[in-house]
Amino acid sequence: MSTLLSFRDVWVEYGDRIVIEKLSLDIEAHSFVSIIGPSGAGKSSFLRLILGQEGPTHGSILLDGIPLAPECGPDRGIVFQRYSVFPHLSALGNTILGMECARAPLSARLFGAARRAAKEEAVEMLTAVGLGDSLHLYPAQMSGGMQQRLAIAQALVKRPRILLLDEPFGALDPGIRADMHVLIRKLWSDYALTIVMVTHDIREAFSLGTRVIALDKRRHDPHAPHRFGAVAVYDLPLKERVEQISDERVSITID
Amino acid sequence: MRWVNRQLRRSDRLLLGALPILLLAVAYLLVAASRHAANPADKILPLPSSMVQSMSVLMFQPDQLTGQLVFWADTLASLQRLGIGLGISTLMAICVGLALGALPPVRATFGPLVTGIAVIPPIALLPILFIALGLGETAKVALIVVGIAPVMIRDIAAHVAALPREQIIKAQTLGASSWQVMIRVALPQAMPRLLQAMRLSLGPAWVFLISAEAIASDVGLGYRIFLVRRYLSMDVIIPYVAWIALLAIAMDVTLTFLSRRLFPWAHGDNH
Repeated sequence: MSTLLSFRDVWVEYGDRIVIEKLSLDIEAHSFVSIIGPSGAGKSSFLRLILGQEGPTHGSILLDGIPLAPECGPDRGIVFQRYSVFPHLSALGNTILGMECARAPLSARLFGAARRAAKEEAVEMLTAVGLGDSLHLYPAQMSGGMQQRLAIAQALVKRPRILLLDEPFGALDPGIRADMHVLIRKLWSDYALTIVMVTHDIREAFSLGTRVIALDKRRHDPHAPHRFGAVAVYDLPLKERVEQISDERVSITID
Repeated sequence: MRWVNRQLRRSDRLLLGALPILLLAVAYLLVAASRHAANPADKILPLPSSMVQSMSVLMFQPDQLTGQLVFWADTLASLQRLGIGLGISTLMAICVGLALGALPPVRATFGPLVTGIAVIPPIALLPILFIALGLGETAKVALIVVGIAPVMIRDIAAHVAALPREQIIKAQTLGASSWQVMIRVALPQAMPRLLQAMRLSLGPAWVFLISAEAIASDVGLGYRIFLVRRYLSMDVIIPYVAWIALLAIAMDVTLTFLSRRLFPWAHGDNH
């Protein structure tokens, strides 16, 4: 499998507080990477790095061998735990928005045939996530699970190279969460997605992922706890999952 | 049952709401009647009959000098000034507030200026406006705009800046540019807030309108009130004040209705 995203000697520092230190790893295309770790171990920073919400202090992050600009872009989709959908748009409006932004730079609205085409695409995606009969509902009328389904549809309609999930199922009750696990696995294989998911739920991390990375501080100075950052302390390929999608062995480089 | 839990039926709510108003009216009538019993020529608390009499002259008999129906000419002039002032302020709130709220460089550049203008008491600027713009309509409208626009701008800017960061990030991952984030994410979500800001600005807008009309004008509700004050004509002042209150309530109700009608998603009901 080819490497999609590479971290090369990446450090993240806020002032003199080191959050991530000397992180080097590669993420292959079509992998489902779960990121776990205690609070404050840099999981969210790691996600923000890929998202482009912030840049590394040192080192570089390469997407397809090209350094990432420290700005969000349509090649990386995101589903947050909350606030991922726009409350003023219906499900359909939320999903079409991505296409409207790309195709109508000035008005960000489509009309006529272009709108019908975009609508068709959006309906198809909403049906794929199980919202086929809730096209005209507003987020406030939806349950938490439906909102997350909508957020996923909204991201996938842009066909992102990487889909980032920031504790996407953390606020859902267990039954709904199980449904969402089935859905995301299905979407992952149907659309050949590359997914990086941050989660607090270790069982979820192992049951969904093809690879689990645990971020934590390897060293700890009791007098200056902020001076050591997190590294990938465990990096576990889950073999049988990997073999489901390809017979090739996954190569992982850790420092 | 605790009072915090007592919910009233709609009819009971209307009845209870009307009660204090009726009591106040009855109290006024009693006091006015007792004063008139003592002095039939009392002007301080006029009876309804004299109010009706003097108002019907203003409403239905053309003025000898101008040939206009004074009451309606006053109403039209005041509403026009108020409407233009409120309209300009709303437009400024949307354009400037959106840019201030959504674009950090714009906020850094113009935020202090807007704050500075907002803390100046607008009435203190009235002489400047009269000197710079003359005594015509422009100065009166300008006073309303100077008075309410900065507050509205700051309100909209704060609302836009407080939109969840996740939404702005999400929009960018959907390929939105700064402009697209502003018009498709920030603007629609600022609209209900804008109507709310208009409602809250109506009170100050009336204050500035009446002030401007009181000082230099030849027509308008505020002008008339301050004119007839010289003759202690409470029989005109009281109906005029009641009319202003009625107009203000009508505008408030209209704005609330519009907000519910146009932006059902912002009101949390079942659309």
